[in-house]
Amino acid sequence: MTAAIAPGTRVRVKADWPEERGPCHIRTPHYVRGRTGTVERVLGAFPNPEDLAFGRPAPRRMLYQVLFDQQPLWNEGNPRDTVLIEIYEHWLEPVSEGRH
Amino acid sequence: MAAPPRPESVALLEKLVAALSAKGILTEEEIAARQAITDRASPETGARMVAKAWTDPEYRALLLSNGTAAAEAMGVTMAGAPPLGVLEDTPTRHHLVVCTLCSCYPRAVLGYPPHWYKSAAYRARAVRDPRGVLAEWGTHLPDNVEIRVVDSTADYRWMVLPMRPAGTEGWSEERLASIVTRDCLVGVALPKVA
Repeated sequence: MTAAIAPGTRVRVKADWPEERGPCHIRTPHYVRGRTGTVERVLGAFPNPEDLAFGRPAPRRMLYQVLFDQQPLWNEGNPRDTVLIEIYEHWLEPVSEGRH
Repeated sequence: MAAPPRPESVALLEKLVAALSAKGILTEEEIAARQAITDRASPETGARMVAKAWTDPEYRALLLSNGTAAAEAMGVTMAGAPPLGVLEDTPTRHHLVVCTLCSCYPRAVLGYPPHWYKSAAYRARAVRDPRGVLAEWGTHLPDNVEIRVVDSTADYRWMVLPMRPAGTEGWSEERLASIVTRDCLVGVALPKVA
């Protein structure tokens, strides 16, 4: 199992759209793809639902809770508000300092 | 008079159950046992957990660090259920639970989800306009309170631990539990002292 990304780490959700390539099952909401957030918690490893949904062998993947500021996602709302989302490790990529 | 037509889904379900039984994967008894567990679950379970957390610091710590163990400590069968996470409201942070992808809900401790929780409107709006949604429940929070929307997108299920309201000093756990409604445990409402 890949080493866990530590809470507090800035991460970007991949701007990937597998639904444009064919049938798939995705647990990553469209509204955070390409967006940057902060790892809040490591939830543990679970069989990848993207494989489970098709009855394929499902390797375990680390699952994180990632925190996003609410306002930048929608360009509206209260600047204090946030959204906390469960996202699998293979959807997360590192953010180099200064790029967000 | 002809019998009303049966929905296709019923016939499909019967065929699926027959196929699973024939392959020895699942028995009718196992299905009945699981249905009994699901039917037994109700928001009263979550309310009892909250009331205990309000009066017992040790239980509160367990609830926040391991919701599954805290549910089991209250006699809930968690085997086969997704892990339970509990979100602690504070004077500066309020949690609201939604599942934008489908209708993931902590059934083991809250029972069946209400219809509105599964509606496209709630799922779309809770994550985009949480303050507008809360206002429709009569829940108004000051601007300096962070609303943290928890999108239940994967393998955990989430329940809110609301703040204990003022005016409940000296109340028994049972009386405290009586003001913790299903809506409080999802985060659309706050416990109220009548």
